[in-house]
Amino acid sequence: MELWNLFIRSIFIENMVFAFFLGMCSYLAVSKKVKTAVGLGAAVVFVLTITVPVNFLIDKYLLQPGALKWLDPSFANIDLSFLSFIMFIAVIAAMVQLVEMFVERFAPALYASLGIFLPLIAVNCAILGGSLFMQQKEFTQVSEALVYGLGSGIGWMFAIILLAAIREKISYSNVPAPLRGLGITFIITGLMAIAFMAFMGIKI
Amino acid sequence: MAKKHKWQDLIKDPLNENNPITVQVLGICSALAITVKLMPAIVMALSVMVVLAFSNLIISLIRNYIPNRIRIIVQLLVVATLVILVDQILKAYAYDVSKQLSVFVGLIITNCIVMGRLEAFALANKPLDSFLDGIGNGAGYGLILIIVAFIRELLGSGTLFDKQVIPQSFYDAGYVNNAMMLLPAMALITVGIVIWVQRSMYPQLTEKE
Amino acid sequence: MDRNSNIYTILFAAVVVTVSAVLLAVAVMVLKPAQERNKRQEKMTDIMYTIGLDKEALSKKAAAEGKKLNYKVIEAYFNKYFTKQYALKTDGSVDNTVKAFDINMKAEIKKSEKKQRFPIYVGDVKGKKYYVIPLYGKGLWDDIWGYIALEADANTVKGVKFGHKGETPGLGAEITKKWFENQFAGEKIFDKDNSFKGITLSKSNKDPENTDKEDHEVDAISGSTLTSNGVTNMIQERLQHYVPFFNKIRQQKN
Repeated sequence: MELWNLFIRSIFIENMVFAFFLGMCSYLAVSKKVKTAVGLGAAVVFVLTITVPVNFLIDKYLLQPGALKWLDPSFANIDLSFLSFIMFIAVIAAMVQLVEMFVERFAPALYASLGIFLPLIAVNCAILGGSLFMQQKEFTQVSEALVYGLGSGIGWMFAIILLAAIREKISYSNVPAPLRGLGITFIITGLMAIAFMAFMGIKI
Repeated sequence: MAKKHKWQDLIKDPLNENNPITVQVLGICSALAITVKLMPAIVMALSVMVVLAFSNLIISLIRNYIPNRIRIIVQLLVVATLVILVDQILKAYAYDVSKQLSVFVGLIITNCIVMGRLEAFALANKPLDSFLDGIGNGAGYGLILIIVAFIRELLGSGTLFDKQVIPQSFYDAGYVNNAMMLLPAMALITVGIVIWVQRSMYPQLTEKE
Repeated sequence: MDRNSNIYTILFAAVVVTVSAVLLAVAVMVLKPAQERNKRQEKMTDIMYTIGLDKEALSKKAAAEGKKLNYKVIEAYFNKYFTKQYALKTDGSVDNTVKAFDINMKAEIKKSEKKQRFPIYVGDVKGKKYYVIPLYGKGLWDDIWGYIALEADANTVKGVKFGHKGETPGLGAEITKKWFENQFAGEKIFDKDNSFKGITLSKSNKDPENTDKEDHEVDAISGSTLTSNGVTNMIQERLQHYVPFFNKIRQQKN
């Protein structure tokens, strides 16, 4: 039940895009067509679901204050948490590479559609943001981290597909010239964020 | 291969015609959530400027020695190291602000503007030019941040730097702070309007359909 | 040397990693004391705030003595006004092995009730006694926390201080504002029959001017029911552990 709650929260309420503006660069750049948006969205879900639990384990067993106790009791005073930014980004970069190689080897069809987006993802703020929020929320179990990663990935994918759908339609409208492109996209995202606020405070 | 860059252009261009946020569309990610108040926005802008300038400088200094295969990861390492330094210094000397910025300092690492300038500029230019390019882009980024934060704090809380600026007599006459401005959604709409104003003033920036 | 050879790549990576590791380790070691100090200072100023010694009052005091308000001065004031602090067990007895100030509330509330120690700070300003109790709980989005100060009767609220991690700006985040915190002053946590009531943030407050201090209610924040409920629950949950201790004080008084 807790997990289900967390899952829904991370998709709708604490949406990466609408509540924290994460992953905005690719969100704005790759949302002109629904098809590419689906591709990038799927890649983000994939990578978030893998990196958040992995970083959770690294945080829990290597970085937190006293985390090295399992190696030797005398390490109980070591606090490596200042290294978390570097560790997280290294894990993300490495994971993205690994995933890319795996997908290329075992699912060439998927690679053909996802491939170009994968390298972009290492520097997508939503991915690092997922890990940093995971650290802040202080989950106790890896299953929570997994569900959180999956949920925020789906939330992000949801957002980019919705935006792409709106942008496909809006290209037929007569938008004032200075607002065309970037300007109107910002405003649309703002209005979507207001709509998403309706989910706020829902307890499941 | 290095072009001659005019130093004042390196600083001036990113402020307007080549603004990283409104024209290059880089680095929006981590910025907007911390523009509710002016103070954190200014600290964030300075942090990004420092990280940007020094990572540009360092990468430019070692640009001829970096093995191409591990280029991206070396860049990430340099940026991450600088960001951790900034984060630790903020925690030690600007504790209140660092609490408000929370994870968003860490997110400078994946701020596209940093990697973007490293790839597009520092890898091909001399150290001093790169350093100035970093300062210029950091300033252009900060400018938008500060404009947005100014509007949001003034209309949303009636304060600037946490000091009341809208006089009590306004409130007595029925004026109310617009709590909408404090919500994340309004940051996006404010940026949209800033872009609108900028592009109306400089029509050459308008996007072609 | 060939820039694309494996050896060069590995050597280069090793050098870069070592340089950044050394740099970071040194920086963290140098800055750690200042960071720890910030945390302690925040705790001390928050506690003093609840008994009316806010930053302004403290700086005035310091200026009158010809000093600047820095960490040392704040610590001196704290030690002067809060001479005693206890870590209580559930039955209200004192555990002398633990120092109250060192208890990390966030970690502490996760322990079972038997294992938890409940910190309490006893203040003494110009002969007036105060009891300050740290609070910690959940708001709408994330953790909320604070301190509540009781007067010498262990019943009347002197003042409160709230903090939050991520409540909605303009709505839930208002709990840290002065107008909200000021409502608590004078409220009672026990009713006339001496049973513990706590303080409820109520939406249907029959007393919006907050003149009735015996109703155990203050105004909730409109538009943020869940944050308000979080505050109510936090006060209720935390203070109930101190009831045995309060009863002892109240019996001595009577």
